[in-house]
Amino acid sequence: MTQVKQHKDPLLRIAKRDAIGRPKAYAIRLIGVLLSLLVSGAFIFAVTKLNPIQVYNAIFDGAFGTERRSWVTIRDAMMLLCIGVGLAPAFKMKFWNIGAEGQILIGGIVTAGLMRAFGSTLPTPVLLLLMAVMSLLAGCVWGVIPATFKAVWNTNETLFTLMMNYVAIQLTSYFVALWENPIGSNTVGVINQRTRAGWFPELLGQSYTLNVILVMALAIGMFLYLKYSKQGYEISVVGDSENTARYAGINVKKVTIRTMAISGAICGMAGFIEVAGVSHTISTSTAGGRGFTAIIVAWLAQFNTFVMILISFLLVFLQKGATQIASQFNLNDYASNIITGIILFFILGSEFFINYRVIVRGGKEGSAK
Amino acid sequence: MNNQIIQLIQSAIQFGTVIMFGAIGEILTEKSGNLNLGVPGIMYLGGIAGLAASFLYEFNNPDPSKLVCLLLSFLAAFLAAALGGLLYSFLTITLRANQNVTGLTLTIFGGGVANFFGGTLNTMAGGVGQISVATTSSVYRANIPGLSTMGVPGRLLFSYGFMVYLSIVVAIVMAWFLNRTRRGLNLRAVGENPATADAAGINVTRYKYVATCVGAGISGLGGLYYTMDYIKGTWANDGTIESLGWLAVALVIFATWRSLNAVWGSYLFGLLFWVYLIIPGLGRRDIALFNMLPYLVTIAVLIFVSLRNKKENQPPASLGLSYFREER
Amino acid sequence: MEQTYAIQMKNITKRFGKVVANDHVSLDIKRGEILSLLGENGSGKTTLMNMLAGIYFPDEGEILVNGQSVTIASPKDAFDCGIGMIHQHFKLVDVFTAAENIVLGLDGQQRLDLKAASAKIKEICEKYGFVIDPSKKVYNMSVSEKQTVEIVKVLYRGADILILDEPTAVLTPQETDRLFDVMRNMKADGKAMVIITHKLNEVMEVSDRVAVLRKGQYIGDVATSDTNPQKLTDMMVGHAVTLNIDRPLVENRHLRLEVKDLTVLTPDGVKALDGVSFEAFGGEILGVAGISGSGQKELLESIAGLRSAQPGSHVIYHPPSPDEPIAGTHAPVDRKGEELLGKTVRQIHNIGVSMAFVPEDRLGMGLVGSMGMADNMMLKTYRSGKGPLLNRKPPRELAEKVKAELDVLTPSINTPVRRLSGGNVQKVLVGREIAQEPSVLMTAYAVRGLDINTSYTIYNLLTAEKLKGVAVIYVGEDLDVLLELCDRILVLCGGQVSGVVDARTTTKEEVGMLMTRFRKEAAEA
Repeated sequence: MTQVKQHKDPLLRIAKRDAIGRPKAYAIRLIGVLLSLLVSGAFIFAVTKLNPIQVYNAIFDGAFGTERRSWVTIRDAMMLLCIGVGLAPAFKMKFWNIGAEGQILIGGIVTAGLMRAFGSTLPTPVLLLLMAVMSLLAGCVWGVIPATFKAVWNTNETLFTLMMNYVAIQLTSYFVALWENPIGSNTVGVINQRTRAGWFPELLGQSYTLNVILVMALAIGMFLYLKYSKQGYEISVVGDSENTARYAGINVKKVTIRTMAISGAICGMAGFIEVAGVSHTISTSTAGGRGFTAIIVAWLAQFNTFVMILISFLLVFLQKGATQIASQFNLNDYASNIITGIILFFILGSEFFINYRVIVRGGKEGSAK
Repeated sequence: MNNQIIQLIQSAIQFGTVIMFGAIGEILTEKSGNLNLGVPGIMYLGGIAGLAASFLYEFNNPDPSKLVCLLLSFLAAFLAAALGGLLYSFLTITLRANQNVTGLTLTIFGGGVANFFGGTLNTMAGGVGQISVATTSSVYRANIPGLSTMGVPGRLLFSYGFMVYLSIVVAIVMAWFLNRTRRGLNLRAVGENPATADAAGINVTRYKYVATCVGAGISGLGGLYYTMDYIKGTWANDGTIESLGWLAVALVIFATWRSLNAVWGSYLFGLLFWVYLIIPGLGRRDIALFNMLPYLVTIAVLIFVSLRNKKENQPPASLGLSYFREER
Repeated sequence: MEQTYAIQMKNITKRFGKVVANDHVSLDIKRGEILSLLGENGSGKTTLMNMLAGIYFPDEGEILVNGQSVTIASPKDAFDCGIGMIHQHFKLVDVFTAAENIVLGLDGQQRLDLKAASAKIKEICEKYGFVIDPSKKVYNMSVSEKQTVEIVKVLYRGADILILDEPTAVLTPQETDRLFDVMRNMKADGKAMVIITHKLNEVMEVSDRVAVLRKGQYIGDVATSDTNPQKLTDMMVGHAVTLNIDRPLVENRHLRLEVKDLTVLTPDGVKALDGVSFEAFGGEILGVAGISGSGQKELLESIAGLRSAQPGSHVIYHPPSPDEPIAGTHAPVDRKGEELLGKTVRQIHNIGVSMAFVPEDRLGMGLVGSMGMADNMMLKTYRSGKGPLLNRKPPRELAEKVKAELDVLTPSINTPVRRLSGGNVQKVLVGREIAQEPSVLMTAYAVRGLDINTSYTIYNLLTAEKLKGVAVIYVGEDLDVLLELCDRILVLCGGQVSGVVDARTTTKEEVGMLMTRFRKEAAEA
């Protein structure tokens, strides 16, 4: 008769963890970050032959070496944070908004258009307000379109929002060509360079103070919204289980669309901050992949906007450092993307050890006699 | 036939070939239930690895052998891309990291690696735009002697490098594999319903790993074709591969996860992308709007598929989810 | 005589945590016979058979196949032993054809020869009298066709020991007859078969021998020809156990819910409820008995506004009259009664119907697993109060109160409820639902998976609600509890009401018979 092969338990077995204390979870993540820093250091060493201490010195120098560099680091971290804050409600609802890139661009296009059109007619504060509101609306529309299809026909939102990015990028190309300045440069150039109309004003002697204020306000506001508002509560319930949401009498469709309106609007706002507060121009690289990086920021922070501040700073800090090293050694600054990738891979991998235990099993169980 | 139209079709086929490789690889990956949004990064890895391998060989050998050039670049591209797939597999299958986030990270990482080393190669070659792997590129761009000059049909059908034909072969083999072999059937079951596949004695983890790595390797060939043939053995840090990579992801949806649909779909995308060539009097602005067409068409397909809700056209049912046996 | 045994299970024990699902069970299966494995829900039938199918691994005991000791650690091992199990939840790939599903996972030449497979399938079908189209997609199939595919899948792999887990639960009587014909054909072919069921008429009709499990223990076996439904029922339910649940009688009962001709379809278009009519009164506990899947879930969800019903169905709510004790806390509605069907959960709430619902799926529907007790307390009430912000004070106080009164074991009221044990999760859910001072309280399997003490806590809570004048609807599976806790028992069978009995005078046997449509035969026996 049939001979059944003996059953061996695998050497390593994986089981779900019931619960893990917060300190332990953060310790695991910290180990992940430290490992990633080691690997990034090794990568930089391999390319530049700088010894590790020099590497970290150079990174620090690149991020905070001068006052100007510190402000650029802060500015870029704020930008990443802003997008992350925008994505937080969508992801908390388990709605995969991969479309931040497009939502930023749409906000940016609207801002740039208004800046060009009304730069000489409207006073800057009025213009800023107008640009803020309109970019917000534009991002909102860009987010609501896929959300509506998701809510009504369950159209896959990951792929839909992804495609919307490229529609936005081509739209940006269109407007760059339309607003080209000077002719033949294939760029829009710095808008209102002379008058600085529609630019963020200097506050407290710094160009980027307003960026910081706006983004921090958004971050705090989003934290409060998610934690203390009725709508934030609805988002959590829908994200946990749509069945429970229906049981509680929550209109899931409405919440989906409303949340994506907010998410898209804040990403559109990020486009406004980038154009009016940072670059004063628009191009297809205005979003620059940060719409994707911010997804990872939001995800890793588990939608806690304060944790996002930390992660944004960590990423931008390393990117700036890598850029600095790259320019010192005449390498290009794509090195920073490699380092971002390495860090994120490690943090992603470390989540496993928070959610699962690995059980090492000796001996066999229940073998045939 | 109008010369312009011939050029349009030629451009469309070359453009389509890049994304067809990307899409066919991703179809294989997605059939195993893994949504790998790292396709752009993987195509980057394939492109740079192929280029770097042949560059280092040509750089150090005054008289490079064509066959070595070909093998070296081809294997390097496939392996580098498959390694990207392995990284993704390890994180999502073994460590159960979120697929979307891992894929996006891979895109950032792959783009970083490719452009970093691409820039370095450019520097080694003596400055931006100086890199050139003439011998290797000529192998990839070689036409069948005689046939490509045979009038209109020759120009339409035979004026391409071998990878254009290879992509079609891969598509056909993929369709055959998925639909006509036991392993293909098992793989599709893994992507549809891993618990059922597991109960039927299929090693879900192994199928996912192999499909994702091989799929990544095939996607990487798209990057190789792009660097070797499409831009003639050079490198440019202009982000084109990334946008083509996303178009490949779009093509997977457009083809409703069927590799044969990806063949004509990719050429259609190419036509839509280049159609402005035959419309007289278009400015750059209008071209930008025309280049939006492939994405709009994909959105339309996406909506149509969800509206029609036909089972065969849906994504693999477990796409994007990781499988943990004890959770059943 | 070892040779005639296809399978011998010796002293099999399986535990899930503290629950003993099978307690030293020994069972033999002979070649060329159909064995019925009989028992109530939760008696451990499916668990026992899953250990033959390689789904679970026994904690103790030995399994012999054809006289040889074997280890069955995976479904593949089971196939290798010639054992095939047809699960209640089909394991089929929807977008595949019948043939593709049948050959899935098999070794053999790489080229997939579906034609040859189809021919072999046809051969099997002809041999045993199945009818399937090998090229038909599973999603186009009826439940009965899917089941046929599962059976053929098992036969295709050469199984000669077949286990069918409640195969008739999803079939029409005609389909059931056809299945039984096929089973008899397979028996004639020398195959051994186990049919897990709790329908006595089927046991009598198809099987040669009956083995009975009760609460995880093996009660005994008997040749079908030597027994009758009455005796089997006795074996299955055992002697009535006195639970000493306090059951006061409320003299003054008021009509609260009137359900008329309620017909509800599943998403597949099958009638989950078919013309169900009954009344529920304030001041009584109405038990709902029935084999699982007889429409209990759909019944409660339709009343709660979570499911749409077919035209002609009615659920009328009669608000408490002013002289009732609970009247004060409830806004008066239209005195003639209010139709609830067609209204959303919010609308039902807004017209003043105070309905509490403890669903079967506690974490998937009743609670938010990732939130703590406090935040879960406001799931239905978070909208109260003006302004856009939540008022967390009342839910926090309520959480503390529920925690103290029901002895919920949790590190803090902010610990995600997903991390609590089943009993504590249920206390949180029931505590919240009762705290909203309902006029109707519906519970589905409120004590499933709970220990004795917690169960009694729940019974007492429900009885207390009854005394307040609340109409309690208690869907349960343990007949002993239903008989002692409830005032009346509504019995569902296949989506229809097969009877409403007075819980104080009925017997366990009567309810058991109603559950399996065996009233007439019972009277004759």
